[in-house]
Amino acid sequence: MPSLRREDVAHVAKLARLTMSESELDKFTEQLGQVLDHASDMNALDLEGVVATAHPFGLINVVREDERRPSLDHDVVIAMAPDAEDGRFAVPRILGEAP
Amino acid sequence: MTLRDDWEMVVGLEVHTELKTNTKMFCGCANAFGAAPNTNVCPVCLGLPGSLPVLNVRAVELAMAIGTALHSTISPSTFHRKNYFYPDMPKDFQISQYDLPINAGGYLDLPDGSRVSIERAHLEEDTGKSTHLGGSGRIHGADRSLVDYNRSGVPLVEIVSGPDIRSSAQARTYAAELRGILIATGASDGRMEEGSMRIDANVSVRHSGDALGTRCEIKNLNSLRSLVRAIDFEAARQVELLEGGATVRQETRHWDENLGATSTMRVKEEADDYRYFREPDLVDLVPDQAWQDRVRDALKPMPAERRAVLTQRLQDPAPALLDALEVVIDLGLDPYVIAALDAAVAPDLALARAANEIASDLEHVENLSIESYVATLNMEQSGALSATQAKTVLGEILANGGEPALIAQSKGFERLASGALGEVVAQLIEENPDEWSRYSAGDEKLAQFFIGQVMKLTKGQANGKDVIAELQARR
Amino acid sequence: MKSVRQTALDVQHGDASALSVLEESLARIRARNEELNVFLYVDEEGARAAANAIDERVARGENVGALAGVPVALKDNLCQTNIPTTCSSKILEGWRPPYSATVVDRLVVAGAVPVGKTNLDEFAMGSSTENSAFGPTRNPLDTSRVPGGSSGGSAAAVAADMTPLALGSDTGGSIRQPAALCGLIGVKPSYGLVSRYGLIAFASSLDQIGPLTKTVTDAAMALEVIAGHDPLDSTSLPEPSPSLVAHVEDGVAGKRVGVVRELIDGADEEVVAAVERAVEVLKEAGATIVELSVPEFRLGLSAYYLIAPAEASSNLARFDGVRYGLRVDAEDVTAMMEATRTAGFGDEVKRRIMLGTYALSAGYYDAYYGQALKVRTLTIDAFRRAYQEADVLLGATTPSVAFEFGSKTADPMAMYLSDVFTIPSNLSGEPAISIPFGIGEAGLPIGVQLLGPGRSEAQLFAGARVLEIADGRP
Repeated sequence: MPSLRREDVAHVAKLARLTMSESELDKFTEQLGQVLDHASDMNALDLEGVVATAHPFGLINVVREDERRPSLDHDVVIAMAPDAEDGRFAVPRILGEAP
Repeated sequence: MTLRDDWEMVVGLEVHTELKTNTKMFCGCANAFGAAPNTNVCPVCLGLPGSLPVLNVRAVELAMAIGTALHSTISPSTFHRKNYFYPDMPKDFQISQYDLPINAGGYLDLPDGSRVSIERAHLEEDTGKSTHLGGSGRIHGADRSLVDYNRSGVPLVEIVSGPDIRSSAQARTYAAELRGILIATGASDGRMEEGSMRIDANVSVRHSGDALGTRCEIKNLNSLRSLVRAIDFEAARQVELLEGGATVRQETRHWDENLGATSTMRVKEEADDYRYFREPDLVDLVPDQAWQDRVRDALKPMPAERRAVLTQRLQDPAPALLDALEVVIDLGLDPYVIAALDAAVAPDLALARAANEIASDLEHVENLSIESYVATLNMEQSGALSATQAKTVLGEILANGGEPALIAQSKGFERLASGALGEVVAQLIEENPDEWSRYSAGDEKLAQFFIGQVMKLTKGQANGKDVIAELQARR
Repeated sequence: MKSVRQTALDVQHGDASALSVLEESLARIRARNEELNVFLYVDEEGARAAANAIDERVARGENVGALAGVPVALKDNLCQTNIPTTCSSKILEGWRPPYSATVVDRLVVAGAVPVGKTNLDEFAMGSSTENSAFGPTRNPLDTSRVPGGSSGGSAAAVAADMTPLALGSDTGGSIRQPAALCGLIGVKPSYGLVSRYGLIAFASSLDQIGPLTKTVTDAAMALEVIAGHDPLDSTSLPEPSPSLVAHVEDGVAGKRVGVVRELIDGADEEVVAAVERAVEVLKEAGATIVELSVPEFRLGLSAYYLIAPAEASSNLARFDGVRYGLRVDAEDVTAMMEATRTAGFGDEVKRRIMLGTYALSAGYYDAYYGQALKVRTLTIDAFRRAYQEADVLLGATTPSVAFEFGSKTADPMAMYLSDVFTIPSNLSGEPAISIPFGIGEAGLPIGVQLLGPGRSEAQLFAGARVLEIADGRP
């Protein structure tokens, strides 16, 4: 398995929207590296042909009818907002378009 | 537009269509356009902690209907999370289908005889909507944004074509035909202006026969006109770059309708790492044959089939009728037209009243029975109603329902007695001696002038043919 | 306090009022909450209203439900309408959910009285409740030690006799491990048996809600109430709640009990000794003992510490300062999100988000997350093979009794390793129960664990009841 580098941790922090100080980067690189090293025991296995399990039980086709259920009261919704304007959630300027 | 020299454009379209369900994809909030902001929201579509999605069966069946109409293979499928941070996405991930879409492969045959392959048509959820304040109202230069989550979680199907399209005209035909299919399946109302159908175009250029060039993706084209203009502009831009010795950079571009140009929206970044993984809160979707058959059996005829039937009934329709024919097919009004043809109504009239009068009040189409449509047109054709009166009768039935004969009666639409019409015509000849002398000298165009004047004076109660007969009798 | 069963009987028969039971519970909370830091929020007013309503219904002769008047403590990752819900994180500051978890609704319908929200490791990530933004919870049995985690507050509430019943959540052992460390029964039900709707997700494919109680019967009563299909959770099993209480006294005669080496090896001597005594007790009660080795269980830890963080990294993305909870202002929305998340999450949560983001990111997915999902398959297959030879499996719940504060906080890996016996059941989605069985040298309880195939809860309760009686609690 690839070993974890400091720049990987910095990249991941950016993806996860977390700010890391220099010392935090060092600490996280070491700690996460330990967990990944421990996980290297999986690497010794021949898992060719083994199916991945994402769900414990194989339920299929769980659906609901296309029927209305009550929405939340608008005032309750907006009361949760850290900032709101005109019945909408207000955020500081957005720098880029959605992907 | 054609590209100069031996350049060829290669276009693939990604069409996003909102599905016409009562409720959202994963919760029971209304799927409705135009509600007050943040009123159709609940813990699920707001992404509140602890909430869980449950799939709307109607969304699944509409997706299967689209797939069936596009000759796709309906397949066992899964849902994934596409992870990225954006304020209009309440969970900061989008639930979408990834490597196993519900509809795999397929094709769409166009009226011009060409075939465009379909790569996939998969289910995903829509995002909320941001309004940008300050600056120009666009995202750049704004100082803050406001988010409405009413649209968040509305079910979408994304239909991805193969890179088979070779001209902007073909792209338009493809989009229009697909729109007709979406309407015919009941999946969508096809209202591009409301954003219920949005198109992204992947455009590249090459010398014919070469390998595919670097492509740019033009986002969110919301009319067929924009689609055509944006593709033409973008292909020409790329040709110009390449002929100048530059290269095309792979990027996402924005189409500005006012400027008539595309511009860089975002460059594909290394940071575009969506970390797709199976959505653990949803289970696999495995439509069995019986379910697929039920969806297939419920499908109404698609536009291509209906177009073929109507064209055959019209027996080599005059070129002037083709636009009306397309409108009729597009809006699914062909049963009206065919019934009128069955009752010996002239083809142009049978098409025109559907393509104009019914089309203009489509929301109330259920008020107008096929029988009433045919009866009204028969009255018009026989001269019992003038054209204006017939249009009024149809408009009235669409708005409020009712029987054509009774409405004509209640509006006083009796055919003007020939004596009364004669008096009106005589009066007009007296008042307009110049026009009369030119008409008398053989200028037939002046007939329209007199018909117009008669209609004005009689408030549309006269029949054009009767007016001409009166005029000719006095020439 | 009296047991769940006795309390419900007393209230149903009018021998005690729900209000008097509640007042006793509230008095006990007042007496020790400051010292132990068990409850983050106590809803005295709401609880009194609920208790009064029960008493009025009793007075009218109405059926008041299986848990009539039973005070219940809720782990603070379970939503309750208009009650502050924090996940022990600063990031949910000030948030009051506008809806209740399905389990909370079901408890209330059954007559239980929610009294408040208990402390946990932030977002249920931890094994000691030391990772709470609101300070650690102390083990009521020895306040120099941790109560376990992440459901440490819920375990402490029952252990300190504040409530006879608490709900926790178990993603890698978060109910069973604190149950073991606090001398309680703790149940991790089959995945899908209990609705997760309203449980703030840590790792969606592993999380299950379950009860912590002092007796096996109490746990069975509580699980019967909260289990059963819920249309709001797509992963909810389709069948109604199983009959459990009726099978508590079924015994283990004729059952095959598999003693799994990998669920014992590495545990402290006194823990191993407790498991060995449990083997003897079950044999005496008529069970056949089978020695088993399931090496795949050892791999479970590696798979778990990639799968759970991967799912968590996505589940916790929504805490971005836009819609609810904490916001730290900044110039633009990306900076605002980053400042909010950086200030709002504690170190352990950040560690797991980073680990999970890494495991899912381009270029590493196959090596880490993809590989972990395959190891999950191996674990499930290994269980299946084991259940061909045994009806239930037996092992230790934790390698040691309750440990002292700070002894593992500096070394995340050491903390993770304390989950090694509980993780396999989460990976397979199968049920497991921890039962106190004996006391160690330090006077602290030892937990042993019974594991069974999916939907075999009744059999596990029957086995646990045999051990409970043998341990001197008839």
